[in-house]
Amino acid sequence: MNELLRRYGKPLTGLAVFLTAFWLLFLVILPYFDMFASSFRPYLPAVDVGGPKDVYSLNNYLTIFENADWHFFGFTFPMTIHLWVFILTILFSCLTTIVSLLMCYPLAYFMAKVISPKGLATFLLLLVVPLWVSELLRAFAWFIVLAFKGPLSLTLQNLGVIAEPIRWTWGLWGYSGVLIGLTYAYILFMLFPLYNAMTSLDTNQIEAAEDLGAKWWQTHWRVIIPHSKPGIASGSVTVFMLAVGSILVPTLLNSPSSSWFTEVIYNRMFDQNDWNGGAAYAFLLLLVCIFFVTGMMRYFRVGLADIAK
Amino acid sequence: MTKKTSHILLWVYAVGFIVYLLAPLAVMAGAAFNNDKFPSVMPWKGFTWRWFDELYHDVYIWQYSQNTLWVALTVVALAVPIGTAGAILVNSLKGRSRSLLYAAMISPILTPGAVIGISTLIFWSKFSVPAGLHLSILGQTSFIAAYVMLMVLARLQSFDAGLEEAALDLGASHWQTLRRVLLPHLYPAIGAGALLAFFQSVENFNITKFTRGASNTLTVYIGSKARSGASPSINALATILIGVTIVGAIGYEVWRRRKAARLALLD
Repeated sequence: MNELLRRYGKPLTGLAVFLTAFWLLFLVILPYFDMFASSFRPYLPAVDVGGPKDVYSLNNYLTIFENADWHFFGFTFPMTIHLWVFILTILFSCLTTIVSLLMCYPLAYFMAKVISPKGLATFLLLLVVPLWVSELLRAFAWFIVLAFKGPLSLTLQNLGVIAEPIRWTWGLWGYSGVLIGLTYAYILFMLFPLYNAMTSLDTNQIEAAEDLGAKWWQTHWRVIIPHSKPGIASGSVTVFMLAVGSILVPTLLNSPSSSWFTEVIYNRMFDQNDWNGGAAYAFLLLLVCIFFVTGMMRYFRVGLADIAK
Repeated sequence: MTKKTSHILLWVYAVGFIVYLLAPLAVMAGAAFNNDKFPSVMPWKGFTWRWFDELYHDVYIWQYSQNTLWVALTVVALAVPIGTAGAILVNSLKGRSRSLLYAAMISPILTPGAVIGISTLIFWSKFSVPAGLHLSILGQTSFIAAYVMLMVLARLQSFDAGLEEAALDLGASHWQTLRRVLLPHLYPAIGAGALLAFFQSVENFNITKFTRGASNTLTVYIGSKARSGASPSINALATILIGVTIVGAIGYEVWRRRKAARLALLD
């Protein structure tokens, strides 16, 4: 700080501090804190705010346990639709992360250690369009491809693989379309951190492992994967976070029987007009993300700076 | 498995991956030219330009494009100075205060857009600020400034602080040192940050959806109506955007190769 003052003087240092303070206080910390505080209060008309009805309680959170029992294969669980959606949102976000990781690992290895530098330049050029296309268009593309009697069904029918058109989005409790869309939308956020981590691995280490008699899977398990940990952590956090918070992809690729927790939040905010209830659910979503990020940091023993790369 | 077979398998996989990435986009682009009310390439009902025509005459598209542009430019104007100032500030700190400030700065990147949108909406409503695109701008800035900060911070690592010492010793003012020594070194990162900020703002859906009030941006408008009112004019728009990306990518590649060739010539 003194260093900064000496170099840039009071006015410029003051400006930097002011800009940063405005950002962190008014755009980040105070709004988060306010949302957290609001989530414990009922959403009241302006006249009642601060009145006798305006008391702190856990009611906004407890609604996740309310509503009817949930029936599944003849069994009755004390499970509500909100809780069910919450759990499935987390599960399918994890699944999206795992699928992306499995799909990207061989490709990242290919890009880092197999392809020639010249070939890599061409390969990266082919990735430019998918990389710059927005989330909206990626989801919309799959909305068209997976449509009932759409291109995918018709192609497979013409090839004689299937007889009838398939409801692609109805599988996996109605989340198959969402899983496909989320994976496609965010897969490149897994690829590049993995690739970056692998390029920093000295190829001599791989050759040394091979010379010492390691099988190919041993080389990967003992040398390449441990070295790629920061990339795995960073990619997983990004993909999970984007997936769990996505609204576009589920909106376009949901089946009639499924919904995503962000949609539940949105409906509670604007259909039921319960902003503080929405704040409570949003805070639950934030908690999930915090758990995931800290879990990954602990498990892979990486710092926040590695994840934000 | 020998090295050769594994390499062949990896090549096949890589080509398959590219097909996986490009094929849905090709289908989407193709549907823009199909004379069918539902956006699809199959069955093919003949080539047409009518969806581009419909897009051109859609008043909402033009209006919301203007909104999008206005929001994106404001976000760039806010996020770039904030992110740059934040990077310089955090770079001057050491130890615990540095990690604490750093964590606070990147927390918006690790927060779902819905959470940022809701917290922005509720916070400003306490000051009687109604929902609207101005709140979308603030919400978007909170995480986009973090991206700019990261890019500038990375660039700062390669900065030789001795240059500033030299400038100050030679009698440069504080402002001159910043303007003539530090900022020129940071310009590539600031430029890239501004570009990223612009595109992040244009494609933002989550924060804008929660904070926009009665207004709309292009992404939110299309995203909200895509399922119920799917029209091939959306595909026409997508095709135009993809075309612009391809032209931009080719232009950049040509520029890069020319520059490399010129540098090689100088050697």
